[in-house]
Amino acid sequence: MEQLEPKVQTLLLRDRRNLTMVRFREKGIFLGLIGCGLFSLLITGSIIFVLASETVTFFQFPEVTLSNFFLSAEWTPLLGDTKSFGIWALISGTFLVTAIAMVFALPLGLITAVYLSEYAPRRVRNTLKPILEILAGIPTVVYGFFALMTITPFLQWCYSGFNVYNTMSAGIAVGILCFPTVCSLAEDALQAVPSRLRDGAFGLGGTRFDATVRVIIPAALSGIISAFLLAIARAIGETMIVALAAGSRAQVTLNPGKEAQTMTGYMVQIAGGDVSNFGMEYYSMYAVAFTLFAITLSLTIVGNHIRRKYRETYD
Amino acid sequence: MSESNPSEQDRQKSHPPTNGANLGDEPARADRKPSMPIDKSKLLTTDARIRKDIRFRRMCIITASASVLILAFLLGSILTAGIPTLSWTLLTGSPEPEPENAGIWPALMGTLWVCSMCSLITLPLGIGTAILIEEFTPRNAVAKKVFNLIQLNITNLAGVPSVVYGILGLTAFVSMFSLFDKSEGNVGPSMEVGAVYFDQFSNLASDPFVDTGGAEVRERFFLLPVESRNSPPVVPQTGMIAYENQEEGFIEVEIIAIDALSQQPSADPEELSRTIDNQSTPGRISENQWYYLRLPFGRGVIAGALTLMLVILPVIIISTQEALRAVPATLRAAALGLGSTPWQVVWNVTLPSAIPGIMTGSILAISRAIGETAPILIIAGIVYIRSAPQHLMDDYTVMPLQIYNWTSRPQEEFHNIAAGGIVVLLAILLSFNAVAVLIRHRMQNKLQ
Repeated sequence: MEQLEPKVQTLLLRDRRNLTMVRFREKGIFLGLIGCGLFSLLITGSIIFVLASETVTFFQFPEVTLSNFFLSAEWTPLLGDTKSFGIWALISGTFLVTAIAMVFALPLGLITAVYLSEYAPRRVRNTLKPILEILAGIPTVVYGFFALMTITPFLQWCYSGFNVYNTMSAGIAVGILCFPTVCSLAEDALQAVPSRLRDGAFGLGGTRFDATVRVIIPAALSGIISAFLLAIARAIGETMIVALAAGSRAQVTLNPGKEAQTMTGYMVQIAGGDVSNFGMEYYSMYAVAFTLFAITLSLTIVGNHIRRKYRETYD
Repeated sequence: MSESNPSEQDRQKSHPPTNGANLGDEPARADRKPSMPIDKSKLLTTDARIRKDIRFRRMCIITASASVLILAFLLGSILTAGIPTLSWTLLTGSPEPEPENAGIWPALMGTLWVCSMCSLITLPLGIGTAILIEEFTPRNAVAKKVFNLIQLNITNLAGVPSVVYGILGLTAFVSMFSLFDKSEGNVGPSMEVGAVYFDQFSNLASDPFVDTGGAEVRERFFLLPVESRNSPPVVPQTGMIAYENQEEGFIEVEIIAIDALSQQPSADPEELSRTIDNQSTPGRISENQWYYLRLPFGRGVIAGALTLMLVILPVIIISTQEALRAVPATLRAAALGLGSTPWQVVWNVTLPSAIPGIMTGSILAISRAIGETAPILIIAGIVYIRSAPQHLMDDYTVMPLQIYNWTSRPQEEFHNIAAGGIVVLLAILLSFNAVAVLIRHRMQNKLQ
């Protein structure tokens, strides 16, 4: 009882504290929190403002025209006389790497997610999930190193037509990078399917495969699609792997053995090189960033929208 | 009944006709189109279906083990290249141009500076935002709209590529929107605190063409203080007190200035060693205090920390939200029932029980910041940094950037050094993750 005495004393003291002070403090803290919340809006606002205003500056250079930017597929900003800013060269490189990555990441990620969610015994699940988390926590520069030092030599050993820098090895590395993303998001979607649907399928005499393919995957389809979209967005925005392994020549090609520059790769090239600040090349970085931001943001918005929708269906 | 309607419909939708047909002569349901006859040849026997299931299970196991194998292969290939290069030099050396002497110490310290600054800034902001959204949900419609907007905004911010944050950081923090635009010829920052400028002179004896009369005179450098960065160069005069940068700090030295063209320097080696040609052009250098501040921030530690804040802020907010959501509502209700104000509930009840979850999420977010390369590369460029940062505005490099730098060089030796750096980086990250897992494990035990 005696130890309690000081506690009671402080409580009584607190009681005597001025109520207006408490209200004042409460208001102050609330305003502070509102400030924190508005800060995140400020970030989005300033991203859009910065990218838009600097892109406008870029288009004010006499050598840059809108038609050249949006219609041409030739990206040669560093050539002295024949500068051309055709964004499609970079977009095609980005999409080629992304497509290769998704060919690996999407099916493998989905199958692993199905396995984790529907088939795996508890013990396997408990070991696989941390491994996936480790994979997700490895910095991208490590994947870049892996692509350049391990995947590329392996590809060249398989077929000598591969360049030192090629989109195939970058794509595979990006695929490995996106694999945990696809896997955990798709697994969330599969887990969100109510177990009564699963039980219903078993009750009708379906095997696990029947239940998965006929009932659970269709029911979780929107979640799976949103996982795919978010993974694609992640692959498009991936920087270090392509900067290291995909090369720095912007060209439209479908040959995965050749090098191709992506949007992110170009930004790294400009930022890492010694291009003069406030020159045309410097501002072209912002135009590319704006394009990248627009593409990934729309993918993320659509993906999150679909995901929210399916969540509401089953909650 | 009305609540379960959507899933009821889904169940019907998700039943393809053939599935129902497996049951044989089940009567056609009202919503099934009569134009779809059951193709008996496509029906599988139970055996076939079970075989299919087993095949699929095998495929799943193969895929899952492939992912483990990939991880093992990745780690294995890096470890075999990296472990042999691990050495004390690698850990404590600076990134010298010769691979055998190159080390990662400045990058390690840079990572430490940037990431600790970054977490100091981000944690209060992120946790505050999460508390606002989760615990202060408003009742009126307009405020609710704003809250939904903030929530939507955060989920979308989490999907923005980090390289875009680098671009934002370059404009917002490094050059500060060019708001502090300087007049012509002013290349430095517009405002600074805590910098002292010196003109650096070398002594006459360091000039190889000066006849020292055979005496061995070592090269010495003298610093004469100037008022500011833009003041005219000092003309050295005999009797001026200059500073000499020694190991134990600045030492005051009285200098002798002569016009080397017309005057003969003293023959005494001691005097000669502190004789300066008063016609020589000095180099302007600055000594920055630990509290050195400047605006705009330039490519200093603080700009890197703020840029990484942009990257991990959404991550911290989302994980904190999840941790707060996991706190049982009964605890909050009880505290409110005892007459607590909303903030008292948060501070005394919700936060203490959510703290393990928040810590786990924050540690994972910080380890993401440690591994983040692209935004730092955008704002700092590829730079050659030989020493650890000393103050918030100092130039820096971080470990992933140093690894990128070594990897992108053509020489094989640098690739091995890069692998060694990766091993160090992964060791740090894995220990972070281990701490996070440990905290989560303890939390789960406690909840059980």
